[in-house]
Amino acid sequence: MAILKVTGLTKRFDNVLALEDVSFEAERGEIVGILGPNGAGKTTLIHLIPGLIRPTSGRIEVFGMALDENRSSILARMNFASNYVSLPYSLTLWENMMVYALMYGVRDKGARIREVLALFRLLELKDRPARVLSSGQMMRLCLAKAMINRPEILLLDEPLSGLDPETARNSRELIRKLSREEGLAVLYTSHNLAEMQELSDRVLFLEKGRILMQGSSASLLGRYRVETLEELFFKVLRHES
Amino acid sequence: MRANRINAVVLRQLYLYKRSWTRILEVFYWPTMDLLLWGFLTIYLQRGSAALPHFVSYFIGALILWDILFRAEQGVSVSFLEDMWSRNLINIFVSPITVYEYLAGLVVIGVIKVAIAFAVMSSLGWLLYSFNVFRLGITLLPLALNLVLMGIAVGVFTTALILRFGLEAEILAWALAFLFLPFSAVFYPVSVLPHWLKVMAWFIPASHVFEGMRQVIAGGPAPVSQILAASGLNLVYIVFSFFFFVAIYRTALARGIIPKIGA
Repeated sequence: MAILKVTGLTKRFDNVLALEDVSFEAERGEIVGILGPNGAGKTTLIHLIPGLIRPTSGRIEVFGMALDENRSSILARMNFASNYVSLPYSLTLWENMMVYALMYGVRDKGARIREVLALFRLLELKDRPARVLSSGQMMRLCLAKAMINRPEILLLDEPLSGLDPETARNSRELIRKLSREEGLAVLYTSHNLAEMQELSDRVLFLEKGRILMQGSSASLLGRYRVETLEELFFKVLRHES
Repeated sequence: MRANRINAVVLRQLYLYKRSWTRILEVFYWPTMDLLLWGFLTIYLQRGSAALPHFVSYFIGALILWDILFRAEQGVSVSFLEDMWSRNLINIFVSPITVYEYLAGLVVIGVIKVAIAFAVMSSLGWLLYSFNVFRLGITLLPLALNLVLMGIAVGVFTTALILRFGLEAEILAWALAFLFLPFSAVFYPVSVLPHWLKVMAWFIPASHVFEGMRQVIAGGPAPVSQILAASGLNLVYIVFSFFFFVAIYRTALARGIIPKIGA
């Protein structure tokens, strides 16, 4: 059964059609990459799912419940991290985590905070204010925050773009491990096509607010007779233009 | 309403003050400056005129009570701005917190800030000018409570405007409360205002509070009618401000404003 079901999602901002009739599903333990050029509607889509933006039409169902009627209970089982979002700089890492542990009603807060900070190799910095973190460390802190409530769905907006290659690889492996072992469903956007090819079970290719194609990386590459998602990206865009 | 989520909003702000000496200083700095400047000026003016027997008390009392309103307003709106400045707003609105719980957290912070500022100002008023704000007796409680409520209403209204217009509207967090200052009979009675402003003043809860305060300082009876008028108006404004915030929040969701102002 799909953990996330999006049906006929359309979003219009005044005269701009950001998304048009987008439908897809995500299963438990599945990693879905959202691919597309700038302005394709990737970020709009990832903001619509937790209800940061209200759709013009269409329906979002999470855990079998309609988002607009059960927002709070759905969001308690979901989390979000973005390269464009931060956490309060004046608070220590521990304090930031404590605020969100409380917000999400996490049990045994201290142990869980210690666990997620260790997971993202931030435990030794727990008493330092977040302002001393590098941009990569801040992104890791945001990812740690996104794991604080043991989410069943994780929404990531370009989460690995500020990380050094080693940390990005570790984070990818971690996401893959959580997805496989704990059934975490991940929906994420990225401009790094190699990363998306490596990480995603399935890819949604968005262009001008519509889903042009979706499927596993292997099936899309086979269908278009290309070796990489990057080749596919340019081939599709040339064809579209 | 879940208490843990409201506590999270409060805790986030308390942590902020725990670690930021500039923010702590700000809580003490302006009240102290206000009391020093206007208090001594009032004493100086009092020496030149015997026409107003309670001049110093009126003025110091007004300064202390006005700060209650201002701090309550700031407690709500500046706490919201803190989340915008730190690009934390999206993290909050993707969490299970409801808009009412978030507002409740901001209101609690406003009340805490008022309590601290009131303690500072009343202590200074007593130390510097021998003015005991508690001479207002039990009447102080409903008067102060009404100023807190008006401050919260103005704060929630201001926060809604900041949510709608983003950081361009942040100046309102400091300016909007002052818009009421000339028409709220803080330092002079409503009777000195021109007729049309008098009519307007009676629709401002603070006008009733400050008229009531002067009545008590002058040795008059408890200002029951003033307190009732202020309470009735506050009830209307509090309900209106919360509905206004929720309406703006829904507009923000429809127009995709939160990701724009929060990132």
